[in-house]
Amino acid sequence: MSDSNIKKTETFGGTLIFVFIICLVCAALVSISAVGLKPLQQANKLLDKQTKILEASGLLEKAGSDIEGTYAKLVEAKMIDLKTGNIIDGDTDAFDERADSRDVTKSTKPENDIAGLSRRADHAVIYLVKNDEGQLETIVLPIVGSGLWDLMYGFVGLAPDLNTVRSVVYSDLKETPGLGAEVLNPKWKALWPGKKIYNEQGEPAITLVKGGAKEGDVHGVDALSGATLTSTGVTKTLQFWLGSEGYGPFVTNFRSIVTKGGLE
Amino acid sequence: MSSDNKKVLFGPVIDNNPIALQVLGVCSALAVTSSMANALVMTIAVMLVTAFSNLFISLIRNQIPSSVRIIVQMAIIASLVIVVDQVLKAFSYQLSKELSVYIGLIITNCIVMGRAEAFAMKEKPGVSFLDGIGNGLGYGAVLLVVAFFRELLGFGTFFGIEVLQLTQNGGWYQGNGLLVLPFSSFFIIGFIIWAIRQYKPEQVEED
Repeated sequence: MSDSNIKKTETFGGTLIFVFIICLVCAALVSISAVGLKPLQQANKLLDKQTKILEASGLLEKAGSDIEGTYAKLVEAKMIDLKTGNIIDGDTDAFDERADSRDVTKSTKPENDIAGLSRRADHAVIYLVKNDEGQLETIVLPIVGSGLWDLMYGFVGLAPDLNTVRSVVYSDLKETPGLGAEVLNPKWKALWPGKKIYNEQGEPAITLVKGGAKEGDVHGVDALSGATLTSTGVTKTLQFWLGSEGYGPFVTNFRSIVTKGGLE
Repeated sequence: MSSDNKKVLFGPVIDNNPIALQVLGVCSALAVTSSMANALVMTIAVMLVTAFSNLFISLIRNQIPSSVRIIVQMAIIASLVIVVDQVLKAFSYQLSKELSVYIGLIITNCIVMGRAEAFAMKEKPGVSFLDGIGNGLGYGAVLLVVAFFRELLGFGTFFGIEVLQLTQNGGWYQGNGLLVLPFSSFFIIGFIIWAIRQYKPEQVEED
Protein backbone atom coordinates (compact mmCIF):
# COMPACT_ATOMS: atom_id res chain seq x y z
CA MET A 1 0.00 0.00 0.00
CA SER A 2 1.56 3.29 -1.05
CA ASP A 3 1.10 6.63 0.66
CA SER A 4 -0.91 8.10 -2.17
CA ASN A 5 -3.30 5.20 -1.84
CA ILE A 6 -3.92 5.92 1.81
CA LYS A 7 -4.61 9.58 1.13
CA LYS A 8 -7.05 8.72 -1.61
CA THR A 9 -9.26 6.56 0.66
CA GLU A 10 -8.81 8.69 3.73
CA THR A 11 -11.76 11.06 3.49
CA PHE A 12 -14.21 11.31 6.36
CA GLY A 13 -17.24 10.42 4.22
CA GLY A 14 -15.38 7.58 2.53
CA THR A 15 -14.39 6.09 5.87
CA LEU A 16 -17.96 6.28 7.12
CA ILE A 17 -19.34 4.58 4.03
CA PHE A 18 -16.67 1.90 4.19
CA VAL A 19 -17.36 1.13 7.84
CA PHE A 20 -21.09 1.09 7.15
CA ILE A 21 -20.70 -1.43 4.34
CA ILE A 22 -18.43 -3.66 6.47
CA CYS A 23 -20.99 -3.57 9.28
CA LEU A 24 -23.79 -4.53 6.90
CA VAL A 25 -21.85 -7.44 5.43
CA CYS A 26 -20.75 -8.72 8.84
CA ALA A 27 -24.25 -8.35 10.29
CA ALA A 28 -25.72 -10.25 7.35
CA LEU A 29 -23.17 -13.04 7.75
CA VAL A 30 -23.83 -13.38 11.46
CA SER A 31 -27.63 -13.26 11.13
CA ILE A 32 -27.70 -15.79 8.29
CA SER A 33 -25.63 -18.28 10.27
CA ALA A 34 -27.57 -17.70 13.49
CA VAL A 35 -31.00 -17.99 11.91
CA GLY A 36 -30.08 -20.72 9.46
CA LEU A 37 -28.54 -22.98 12.07
CA LYS A 38 -31.08 -22.36 14.81
CA PRO A 39 -33.31 -25.39 14.08
CA LEU A 40 -30.29 -27.70 14.24
CA GLN A 41 -29.06 -26.10 17.45
CA GLN A 42 -32.42 -26.40 19.14
CA ALA A 43 -32.72 -30.01 18.09
CA ASN A 44 -29.28 -30.65 19.62
CA LYS A 45 -30.25 -28.94 22.83
CA LEU A 46 -33.47 -30.88 23.11
CA LEU A 47 -31.73 -34.16 22.35
CA ASP A 48 -29.16 -33.41 25.03
CA LYS A 49 -31.90 -32.75 27.58
CA GLN A 50 -33.85 -35.85 26.61
CA THR A 51 -30.70 -37.95 26.86
CA LYS A 52 -30.07 -36.72 30.39
CA ILE A 53 -33.67 -37.37 31.44
CA LEU A 54 -33.53 -40.90 30.06
CA GLU A 55 -30.19 -41.40 31.81
CA ALA A 56 -31.72 -40.19 35.09
CA SER A 57 -34.52 -42.73 34.70
CA GLY A 58 -32.13 -45.55 33.83
CA LEU A 59 -33.49 -45.98 30.31
CA LEU A 60 -30.52 -44.76 28.35
CA GLU A 61 -29.12 -48.18 27.53
CA LYS A 62 -32.52 -49.48 26.54
CA ALA A 63 -33.15 -46.47 24.34
CA GLY A 64 -29.92 -47.03 22.43
CA SER A 65 -29.83 -44.68 19.49
CA ASP A 66 -33.56 -43.99 19.53
CA ILE A 67 -33.55 -41.25 22.17
CA GLU A 68 -36.43 -39.27 20.70
CA GLY A 69 -38.72 -42.26 20.17
CA THR A 70 -38.15 -43.66 23.64
CA TYR A 71 -38.60 -40.26 25.18
CA ALA A 72 -41.85 -39.62 23.32
CA LYS A 73 -43.19 -43.03 24.30
CA LEU A 74 -42.27 -43.14 27.97
CA VAL A 75 -41.71 -39.64 29.28
CA GLU A 76 -44.38 -37.12 30.13
CA ALA A 77 -43.45 -33.58 31.14
CA LYS A 78 -45.64 -31.73 33.65
CA MET A 79 -45.38 -28.19 34.88
CA ILE A 80 -45.82 -27.65 38.59
CA ASP A 81 -46.19 -24.65 40.84
CA LEU A 82 -43.46 -25.10 43.43
CA LYS A 83 -45.24 -23.10 46.13
CA THR A 84 -48.48 -25.08 46.12
CA GLY A 85 -47.01 -28.26 44.73
CA ASN A 86 -49.87 -28.61 42.24
CA ILE A 87 -49.60 -29.67 38.66
CA ILE A 88 -50.60 -26.70 36.51
CA ASP A 89 -51.12 -26.06 32.82
CA GLY A 90 -48.21 -24.64 30.96
CA ASP A 91 -46.03 -25.03 27.93
CA THR A 92 -43.41 -27.45 29.22
CA ASP A 93 -41.30 -27.15 26.06
CA ALA A 94 -41.05 -23.38 26.24
CA PHE A 95 -40.29 -23.30 29.97
CA ASP A 96 -36.80 -22.04 30.67
CA GLU A 97 -35.75 -22.33 34.28
CA ARG A 98 -32.69 -20.14 33.80
CA ALA A 99 -34.68 -17.29 32.26
CA ASP A 100 -37.46 -17.55 34.86
CA SER A 101 -35.09 -17.54 37.82
CA ARG A 102 -33.68 -14.21 36.63
CA ASP A 103 -37.14 -12.70 36.13
CA VAL A 104 -38.31 -10.99 39.32
CA THR A 105 -41.97 -11.56 38.46
CA LYS A 106 -41.48 -15.27 37.89
CA SER A 107 -39.17 -16.13 40.76
CA THR A 108 -38.90 -15.91 44.53
CA LYS A 109 -36.01 -15.31 46.86
CA PRO A 110 -35.67 -18.45 48.99
CA GLU A 111 -35.73 -17.78 52.73
CA ASN A 112 -33.12 -20.38 53.43
CA ASP A 113 -31.00 -20.29 50.31
CA ILE A 114 -28.64 -23.15 51.11
CA ALA A 115 -28.15 -24.06 47.45
CA GLY A 116 -26.85 -20.57 46.67
CA LEU A 117 -29.42 -19.80 44.00
CA SER A 118 -30.26 -16.22 45.06
CA ARG A 119 -33.59 -16.60 43.17
CA ARG A 120 -35.67 -19.70 42.48
CA ALA A 121 -38.15 -19.92 39.60
CA ASP A 122 -41.78 -20.24 40.76
CA HIS A 123 -42.57 -23.03 38.35
CA ALA A 124 -40.73 -26.18 37.46
CA VAL A 125 -41.09 -28.86 34.84
CA ILE A 126 -40.92 -32.41 36.11
CA TYR A 127 -40.83 -35.63 34.13
CA LEU A 128 -42.97 -38.68 34.79
CA VAL A 129 -41.34 -41.73 33.28
CA LYS A 130 -43.36 -44.89 32.69
CA ASN A 131 -42.20 -48.39 32.01
CA ASP A 132 -43.35 -50.41 29.00
CA GLU A 133 -46.51 -51.53 30.85
CA GLY A 134 -47.55 -47.93 31.35
CA GLN A 135 -46.89 -47.84 35.08
CA LEU A 136 -45.13 -44.89 36.66
CA GLU A 137 -41.54 -45.95 37.18
CA THR A 138 -39.43 -42.87 37.86
CA ILE A 139 -40.04 -39.21 38.57
CA VAL A 140 -37.22 -37.03 37.27
CA LEU A 141 -36.82 -33.68 39.01
CA PRO A 142 -34.48 -30.97 37.72
CA ILE A 143 -32.09 -29.58 40.32
CA VAL A 144 -29.64 -26.73 40.39
CA GLY A 145 -27.25 -25.45 43.01
CA SER A 146 -23.84 -23.89 43.57
CA GLY A 147 -20.75 -26.00 43.26
CA LEU A 148 -17.24 -24.70 43.66
CA TRP A 149 -17.10 -22.49 40.56
CA ASP A 150 -20.61 -22.00 39.33
CA LEU A 151 -24.15 -23.34 39.41
CA MET A 152 -24.42 -27.04 38.61
CA TYR A 153 -27.49 -28.17 36.71
CA GLY A 154 -28.76 -31.71 36.82
CA PHE A 155 -31.56 -34.14 37.47
CA VAL A 156 -32.47 -36.46 40.29
CA GLY A 157 -34.49 -39.55 39.46
CA LEU A 158 -36.78 -40.83 42.23
CA ALA A 159 -38.93 -43.94 42.57
CA PRO A 160 -42.71 -43.31 42.76
CA ASP A 161 -42.49 -43.20 46.58
CA LEU A 162 -40.52 -39.99 46.04
CA ASN A 163 -38.03 -41.15 48.60
CA THR A 164 -35.88 -43.81 46.98
CA VAL A 165 -33.18 -42.43 44.72
CA ARG A 166 -32.72 -43.97 41.31
CA SER A 167 -30.02 -41.64 40.03
CA VAL A 168 -28.32 -38.29 40.25
CA VAL A 169 -27.24 -37.01 36.86
CA TYR A 170 -25.50 -33.71 36.28
CA SER A 171 -25.90 -32.20 32.86
CA ASP A 172 -24.17 -28.86 33.00
CA LEU A 173 -21.35 -27.86 35.31
CA LYS A 174 -18.02 -26.10 35.43
CA GLU A 175 -16.38 -28.02 38.27
CA THR A 176 -12.67 -28.86 38.32
CA PRO A 177 -11.87 -31.78 36.01
CA GLY A 178 -10.64 -34.81 37.94
CA LEU A 179 -11.98 -33.47 41.25
CA GLY A 180 -15.45 -31.89 41.33
CA ALA A 181 -16.27 -33.01 37.82
CA GLU A 182 -16.06 -36.58 39.11
CA VAL A 183 -19.79 -36.22 39.80
CA LEU A 184 -19.98 -37.42 36.20
CA ASN A 185 -17.93 -40.55 36.92
CA PRO A 186 -20.12 -43.66 36.39
CA LYS A 187 -18.53 -45.28 39.47
CA TRP A 188 -19.74 -42.46 41.67
CA LYS A 189 -23.16 -42.31 40.03
CA ALA A 190 -23.53 -46.02 40.76
CA LEU A 191 -23.49 -45.26 44.50
CA TRP A 192 -26.86 -43.52 44.34
CA PRO A 193 -29.55 -46.07 43.49
CA GLY A 194 -31.48 -47.21 46.56
CA LYS A 195 -30.48 -44.33 48.82
CA LYS A 196 -33.34 -42.66 50.73
CA ILE A 197 -33.91 -38.92 50.65
CA TYR A 198 -36.06 -38.43 53.75
CA ASN A 199 -35.53 -39.46 57.36
CA GLU A 200 -38.36 -40.62 59.66
CA GLN A 201 -39.37 -37.05 60.41
CA GLY A 202 -39.85 -36.43 56.71
CA GLU A 203 -36.92 -34.06 56.41
CA PRO A 204 -34.38 -34.36 53.61
CA ALA A 205 -31.47 -36.24 55.15
CA ILE A 206 -29.47 -37.24 52.11
CA THR A 207 -25.84 -36.24 52.63
CA LEU A 208 -22.47 -36.75 51.01
CA VAL A 209 -20.17 -38.13 53.68
CA LYS A 210 -16.53 -37.12 53.73
CA GLY A 211 -14.28 -40.14 54.06
CA GLY A 212 -16.99 -42.49 52.83
CA ALA A 213 -20.49 -43.39 53.96
CA LYS A 214 -20.88 -46.17 56.50
CA GLU A 215 -22.13 -49.54 55.37
CA GLY A 216 -25.93 -49.58 55.55
CA ASP A 217 -26.28 -45.81 55.78
CA VAL A 218 -29.33 -45.23 53.56
CA HIS A 219 -29.00 -41.44 53.64
CA GLY A 220 -25.25 -41.25 53.10
CA VAL A 221 -23.24 -41.35 49.88
CA ASP A 222 -19.44 -41.19 49.62
CA ALA A 223 -18.24 -37.64 49.09
CA LEU A 224 -15.84 -36.96 46.22
CA SER A 225 -12.27 -37.02 47.42
CA GLY A 226 -10.48 -33.72 46.93
CA ALA A 227 -13.72 -31.91 46.13
CA THR A 228 -15.21 -30.88 49.46
CA LEU A 229 -16.97 -27.80 48.12
CA THR A 230 -18.53 -29.63 45.20
CA SER A 231 -19.67 -32.40 47.55
CA THR A 232 -21.19 -29.90 49.96
CA GLY A 233 -22.84 -28.24 46.97
CA VAL A 234 -24.43 -31.53 45.90
CA THR A 235 -25.71 -32.18 49.44
CA LYS A 236 -27.16 -28.68 49.77
CA THR A 237 -28.67 -28.76 46.28
CA LEU A 238 -30.51 -31.99 47.04
CA GLN A 239 -31.56 -30.85 50.51
CA PHE A 240 -32.83 -27.55 49.14
CA TRP A 241 -34.76 -28.97 46.21
CA LEU A 242 -36.32 -31.82 48.14
CA GLY A 243 -37.08 -29.57 51.11
CA SER A 244 -39.99 -27.25 51.75
CA GLU A 245 -38.77 -24.50 49.44
CA GLY A 246 -38.16 -26.88 46.57
CA TYR A 247 -40.29 -29.85 45.63
CA GLY A 248 -41.48 -30.40 49.23
CA PRO A 249 -45.12 -29.31 48.63
CA PHE A 250 -45.23 -31.34 45.42
CA VAL A 251 -43.94 -34.42 47.22
CA THR A 252 -46.69 -34.09 49.87
CA ASN A 253 -49.40 -33.58 47.25
CA PHE A 254 -48.17 -36.32 45.02
CA ARG A 255 -48.10 -38.85 47.82
CA SER A 256 -51.67 -38.03 48.85
CA ILE A 257 -52.82 -38.43 45.23
CA VAL A 258 -51.08 -41.78 44.99
CA THR A 259 -52.64 -43.04 48.26
CA LYS A 260 -56.08 -41.84 47.10
CA GLY A 261 -55.93 -43.96 44.02
CA GLY A 262 -53.25 -43.03 41.62
CA LEU A 263 -52.43 -40.29 39.23
CA GLU A 264 -54.93 -39.41 36.58
CA MET B 1 3.94 -25.44 -4.26
CA SER B 2 6.66 -22.81 -4.40
CA SER B 3 9.19 -22.72 -1.61
CA ASP B 4 7.91 -19.31 -0.54
CA ASN B 5 4.41 -20.68 -0.04
CA LYS B 6 5.81 -23.66 1.80
CA LYS B 7 7.63 -21.34 4.13
CA VAL B 8 4.45 -19.35 4.76
CA LEU B 9 2.49 -22.53 5.44
CA PHE B 10 4.94 -24.55 7.53
CA GLY B 11 7.24 -21.84 8.87
CA PRO B 12 4.95 -21.09 11.83
CA VAL B 13 5.11 -24.71 13.02
CA ILE B 14 8.69 -24.60 14.33
CA ASP B 15 10.65 -21.68 12.90
CA ASN B 16 8.18 -18.99 13.80
CA ASN B 17 5.71 -20.63 16.12
CA PRO B 18 3.03 -18.19 17.33
CA ILE B 19 3.00 -19.67 20.84
CA ALA B 20 6.60 -20.80 21.30
CA LEU B 21 8.42 -17.90 19.63
CA GLN B 22 5.96 -15.01 19.61
CA VAL B 23 4.30 -16.13 22.87
CA LEU B 24 0.83 -15.22 21.61
CA GLY B 25 -2.42 -17.05 22.28
CA VAL B 26 -1.18 -18.59 25.51
CA CYS B 27 -4.48 -17.96 27.34
CA SER B 28 -6.47 -20.40 25.26
CA ALA B 29 -3.55 -22.81 25.17
CA LEU B 30 -3.93 -23.11 28.95
CA ALA B 31 -7.68 -23.39 29.00
CA VAL B 32 -8.59 -25.92 26.34
CA THR B 33 -5.73 -28.39 26.59
CA SER B 34 -7.22 -30.72 29.18
CA SER B 35 -8.17 -33.16 26.44
CA MET B 36 -7.02 -33.96 22.92
CA ALA B 37 -10.53 -33.64 21.48
CA ASN B 38 -10.94 -30.12 22.86
CA ALA B 39 -7.50 -29.08 21.65
CA LEU B 40 -8.18 -30.45 18.18
CA VAL B 41 -11.50 -28.67 17.79
CA MET B 42 -9.99 -25.46 19.12
CA THR B 43 -7.11 -25.81 16.64
CA ILE B 44 -9.49 -26.21 13.72
CA ALA B 45 -11.59 -23.27 14.90
CA VAL B 46 -8.58 -20.96 15.27
CA MET B 47 -7.13 -22.14 11.96
CA LEU B 48 -10.36 -21.38 10.09
CA VAL B 49 -10.83 -18.02 11.75
CA THR B 50 -7.22 -16.95 11.11
CA ALA B 51 -7.26 -18.17 7.52
CA PHE B 52 -10.53 -16.53 6.56
CA SER B 53 -9.94 -13.31 8.46
CA ASN B 54 -6.58 -13.07 6.69
CA LEU B 55 -8.27 -13.76 3.37
CA PHE B 56 -11.03 -11.19 3.74
CA ILE B 57 -8.80 -8.53 5.24
CA SER B 58 -6.26 -9.04 2.49
CA LEU B 59 -8.98 -8.75 -0.16
CA ILE B 60 -9.97 -5.31 1.08
CA ARG B 61 -6.54 -4.22 2.33
CA ASN B 62 -6.28 -1.39 -0.19
CA GLN B 63 -9.72 -0.07 0.66
CA ILE B 64 -9.47 -0.15 4.47
CA PRO B 65 -9.00 3.42 5.74
CA SER B 66 -5.96 3.18 8.00
CA SER B 67 -7.59 5.27 10.72
CA VAL B 68 -10.20 2.59 11.42
CA ARG B 69 -8.31 -0.49 10.29
CA ILE B 70 -8.16 -2.18 13.70
CA ILE B 71 -11.90 -1.78 14.15
CA VAL B 72 -12.57 -3.19 10.70
CA GLN B 73 -10.29 -6.17 11.38
CA MET B 74 -12.02 -6.72 14.69
CA ALA B 75 -15.49 -6.66 13.09
CA ILE B 76 -14.47 -9.24 10.51
CA ILE B 77 -12.77 -11.49 13.08
CA ALA B 78 -15.68 -11.23 15.49
CA SER B 79 -18.19 -12.14 12.78
CA LEU B 80 -16.16 -15.18 11.78
CA VAL B 81 -15.86 -16.33 15.37
CA ILE B 82 -19.62 -16.06 15.85
CA VAL B 83 -20.17 -18.12 12.72
CA VAL B 84 -17.73 -20.80 13.93
CA ASP B 85 -19.47 -20.83 17.32
CA GLN B 86 -22.89 -21.23 15.70
CA VAL B 87 -21.70 -24.01 13.41
CA LEU B 88 -20.17 -25.85 16.34
CA LYS B 89 -23.37 -25.54 18.36
CA ALA B 90 -25.33 -26.94 15.43
CA PHE B 91 -23.08 -29.85 14.54
CA SER B 92 -21.10 -30.74 17.65
CA TYR B 93 -23.18 -29.74 20.64
CA GLN B 94 -21.24 -31.72 23.21
CA LEU B 95 -17.89 -30.20 22.25
CA SER B 96 -19.33 -26.71 22.05
CA LYS B 97 -20.64 -27.17 25.58
CA GLU B 98 -17.18 -28.14 26.81
CA LEU B 99 -15.35 -25.39 24.96
CA SER B 100 -18.10 -22.90 25.87
CA VAL B 101 -16.61 -19.43 26.24
CA TYR B 102 -13.24 -20.27 24.74
CA ILE B 103 -14.61 -20.33 21.21
CA GLY B 104 -15.97 -16.83 21.76
CA LEU B 105 -12.61 -15.81 23.17
CA ILE B 106 -10.88 -16.58 19.85
CA ILE B 107 -11.84 -12.98 19.09
CA THR B 108 -9.25 -11.86 21.61
CA ASN B 109 -6.65 -14.39 20.48
CA CYS B 110 -3.64 -12.27 19.61
CA ILE B 111 -2.61 -14.66 16.84
CA VAL B 112 -5.65 -13.82 14.71
CA MET B 113 -5.32 -10.09 15.17
CA GLY B 114 -1.53 -10.24 14.89
CA ARG B 115 -1.61 -12.03 11.53
CA ALA B 116 -4.28 -9.69 10.19
CA GLU B 117 -2.29 -6.60 11.09
CA ALA B 118 1.20 -7.90 10.36
CA PHE B 119 0.59 -10.03 7.28
CA ALA B 120 -2.82 -9.71 5.63
CA MET B 121 -2.68 -5.89 5.46
CA LYS B 122 0.39 -6.13 3.20
CA GLU B 123 0.15 -9.37 1.26
CA LYS B 124 -2.04 -10.85 -1.45
CA PRO B 125 -5.17 -12.84 -0.50
CA GLY B 126 -3.92 -16.31 -1.50
CA VAL B 127 -0.70 -16.15 0.47
CA SER B 128 -2.52 -14.51 3.40
CA PHE B 129 -4.93 -17.41 3.52
CA LEU B 130 -1.98 -19.83 3.60
CA ASP B 131 -0.39 -17.77 6.35
CA GLY B 132 -3.57 -18.12 8.40
CA ILE B 133 -3.60 -21.89 7.91
CA GLY B 134 0.10 -22.04 8.77
CA ASN B 135 -0.30 -20.11 11.99
CA GLY B 136 -3.26 -22.30 12.88
CA LEU B 137 -0.98 -25.30 12.38
CA GLY B 138 1.69 -23.79 14.59
CA TYR B 139 -0.84 -22.98 17.28
CA GLY B 140 -2.38 -26.43 16.96
CA ALA B 141 0.96 -28.22 17.14
CA VAL B 142 1.69 -26.72 20.54
CA LEU B 143 -1.88 -27.23 21.75
CA LEU B 144 -1.91 -30.89 20.78
CA VAL B 145 1.45 -31.61 22.40
CA VAL B 146 0.30 -29.94 25.62
CA ALA B 147 -3.04 -31.73 25.50
CA PHE B 148 -1.32 -35.07 24.85
CA PHE B 149 0.66 -34.85 28.09
CA ARG B 150 -2.16 -33.33 30.12
CA GLU B 151 -4.76 -35.86 29.05
CA LEU B 152 -2.47 -38.89 29.26
CA LEU B 153 -0.88 -38.10 32.61
CA GLY B 154 -3.84 -36.27 34.14
CA PHE B 155 -6.70 -38.53 33.12
CA GLY B 156 -4.90 -41.60 31.81
CA THR B 157 -6.63 -41.34 28.45
CA PHE B 158 -5.85 -40.48 24.83
CA PHE B 159 -8.74 -38.95 22.85
CA GLY B 160 -10.98 -40.35 25.59
CA ILE B 161 -9.67 -43.91 25.16
CA GLU B 162 -8.33 -45.38 28.37
CA VAL B 163 -4.58 -45.96 28.24
CA LEU B 164 -3.57 -45.88 31.91
CA GLN B 165 -6.34 -47.16 34.14
CA LEU B 166 -7.00 -44.72 36.98
CA THR B 167 -7.18 -45.82 40.61
CA GLN B 168 -10.70 -44.40 40.94
CA ASN B 169 -11.77 -46.77 38.18
CA GLY B 170 -10.03 -49.72 39.81
CA GLY B 171 -6.71 -49.45 38.00
CA TRP B 172 -3.15 -48.76 39.10
CA TYR B 173 -2.49 -45.26 37.80
CA GLN B 174 -2.91 -42.30 40.13
CA GLY B 175 -3.84 -39.37 37.88
CA ASN B 176 -1.57 -36.35 38.15
CA GLY B 177 -3.74 -33.70 39.78
CA LEU B 178 -1.46 -30.85 38.72
CA LEU B 179 -1.80 -31.60 35.01
CA VAL B 180 -5.57 -31.58 35.31
CA LEU B 181 -5.48 -27.89 36.16
CA PRO B 182 -5.05 -25.28 33.41
CA PHE B 183 -1.94 -23.58 34.78
CA SER B 184 0.10 -26.78 34.42
CA SER B 185 0.21 -25.92 30.70
CA PHE B 186 2.71 -23.19 31.58
CA PHE B 187 5.21 -25.89 32.53
CA ILE B 188 4.62 -27.91 29.39
CA ILE B 189 4.75 -24.86 27.14
CA GLY B 190 7.96 -23.89 28.92
CA PHE B 191 9.46 -27.28 28.13
CA ILE B 192 8.34 -27.02 24.51
CA ILE B 193 9.96 -23.60 24.14
CA TRP B 194 13.14 -24.93 25.72
CA ALA B 195 13.19 -27.94 23.38
CA ILE B 196 12.63 -25.81 20.27
CA ARG B 197 15.36 -23.39 21.29
CA GLN B 198 17.78 -26.24 21.91
CA TYR B 199 17.09 -27.39 18.37
CA LYS B 200 17.08 -23.86 16.90
CA PRO B 201 19.46 -21.76 19.02
CA GLU B 202 18.90 -18.70 16.80
CA GLN B 203 15.48 -18.26 18.49
CA VAL B 204 17.11 -17.49 21.80
CA GLU B 205 16.77 -13.79 22.63
CA GLU B 206 19.83 -11.84 23.63
CA ASP B 207 19.85 -10.56 27.18
